[in-house]
Amino acid sequence: MDVVFFFEVLISGMLSGVMYSLVALGFVLIYKASGVFNFAQGAMVLLAALTFVRFLEMGLPIWLALSLTLLVMVVLAVLIEKLVLSHLVNQPLIILFMATIGLNFFLEGLAQGVWDSQVHGLDLGIEDVPLAAVEEVTGMFISVFDVVAAVIAGSLVLVLSIVFHKTKVGRALRAVSDDHQAAMSVGIPLDRLWAIVWAIAGVVALVAGALWGQRLGVQFSLSIIALKALPVLILGGFNSILGAIVAGLLIGSGEKLAEVFLGPYVGGGIEAFFPYVLAMLILFIRPEGLFGDKIIERV
Amino acid sequence: MSENKPLVAVNNIEVIYDHVILVLRGVSLEVPEGGIVALLGANGAGKTTTLKAVSKLLQSERGEVTKGQIEFKGQDTKSLVPNQMVSRGLIQVMEGRHCFEHLSIEENLLTGAYTNKGGRQKIRDQLELVYSYFPGLKERRSSLAGYISGGEQQMTAIGRALMATPSLILLDEPSMGLAPQLVEEIFEIVKRLNTEEGVSFLLAEQNVTMALRYADYGYILENGRVVMDGEAATLADNEDVKEFYLGLGGGERRSYRDVKHYRRRKRWLA
Ligand SMILES: Nc1ncnc2c1ncn2[C@@H]1O[C@H](COP(=O)(O)OP(=O)(O)O)[C@@H](O)[C@H]1O
Ligand SMILES: [Mg+2]
Repeated sequence: MDVVFFFEVLISGMLSGVMYSLVALGFVLIYKASGVFNFAQGAMVLLAALTFVRFLEMGLPIWLALSLTLLVMVVLAVLIEKLVLSHLVNQPLIILFMATIGLNFFLEGLAQGVWDSQVHGLDLGIEDVPLAAVEEVTGMFISVFDVVAAVIAGSLVLVLSIVFHKTKVGRALRAVSDDHQAAMSVGIPLDRLWAIVWAIAGVVALVAGALWGQRLGVQFSLSIIALKALPVLILGGFNSILGAIVAGLLIGSGEKLAEVFLGPYVGGGIEAFFPYVLAMLILFIRPEGLFGDKIIERV
Repeated sequence: MSENKPLVAVNNIEVIYDHVILVLRGVSLEVPEGGIVALLGANGAGKTTTLKAVSKLLQSERGEVTKGQIEFKGQDTKSLVPNQMVSRGLIQVMEGRHCFEHLSIEENLLTGAYTNKGGRQKIRDQLELVYSYFPGLKERRSSLAGYISGGEQQMTAIGRALMATPSLILLDEPSMGLAPQLVEEIFEIVKRLNTEEGVSFLLAEQNVTMALRYADYGYILENGRVVMDGEAATLADNEDVKEFYLGLGGGERRSYRDVKHYRRRKRWLA
């Protein structure tokens, strides 16, 4: 086997896996803080990307378009908390889940209603070409875009880890995810924290939306990449930020390797279902995922 | 009970869960500044519900105070939410301890300082104060709360509440599931917090013997009603309390227990 080719597939697989991680991250944040699987995460990615690209098309400079879109996502989070979540406190989780399904369709409609349903090209100024230096030294084709995406995702995760583990709000968020009632009893205002975490998820959605948008074009199908995040979540654990990243890398590289090296023997198309098979195997062995919070059982 | 205005005054409250289940039927009680007041009664009597009505945690359980009122520091608390109660100095330590399992002991304690506006140094000082009462927790500060013993969890839960610098702690069944020695240790610390730090306590307990030993005053709750109240010493001497709550009934009475039980109950409820 060609070693260079193997590593090329492995690395570019991992880098594209980072893109899955980014989407998974949005789910993890909200799941951690409220135990809710936010079905609307995909729609948030779409809305963020569409808002961003339309602001750019209006001729705004990139920093301004980015800031305005961030603002939109934060306002959206506050509205979601006030108009939807606050009315559903203490309802069974399944009701909250249903609410996010409703929210999903609402946001998809909103995004396309306010903006439109055309396909928009998004140019972040990052080229999707092989990194020349790497190619020269090793002979591998590694895309500049993939590397930049990975760096952005990595920084985002670093910042989030610091927020979650070193700040008062982050600690409170972890407390809320452990035990709502106890968090309330010590004076943590759940409503404010939920608005904060939805806002963070909105920011993550924007980053994911922008990167995926450049790769696929900003269009309705962005909303569906959420499905790509599902196996990543199962593999990594629904409540682990680190898990979302590692599982993204595993699945990204796994599916590419499987496609390239196993595909020829079974007729190809492995890439499409490989992640789900991997996720299912993990479910058998470790239901909480590779990095999910251990379910602490006391005797 | 005291000439000053009480810290908490619960005035004839009625609580209904889920719009239909009537659980408290006119409960009144007071906690004086600096007091330890025990709220006693069997399982299901309504102790927890009373505490949650005071701390406002009831709101999150589809419970509602439908009659009466609750004052804290002379102010009606009707429109307040739990975090506002905590910033005003009233905090509840829930039954079953409810530590944050995936946070370390120290992180658990720090979450209690969420409403503490004193700044970094004040919070550090408060943490040291908590550790001075619970030196065992300091030693194990970085252990995850999910893996520590029940006694340590109870201490963590009390310490976490202390981090909010409260004037009143509502303590729900601190003795639950703990060995007698440990229960005593925890009650001793409660007593010290009361005398040394001036923290008042409203203590819900099924362990009547222990509670009456440390409290100044007690209320006995049955079926959502206060059936008796008095100085702790007086209650501990009362025949009915002795028989039904302290398990000190005489040998020969035992066979008539149910009959007497019924009669006494009738008398209490009258
Ligand atoms: N969330 C709830 N919904 C409905 N009924 C409840 C709820 N919590 C408690 N109850 C009922 O209220 C009564 C008093 O309960 P509780 O206040 O927990 O008593 P205690 O703390 O004295 O054991 C019990 O009959 C219990 O079943
Ligand atoms: Mg109780």
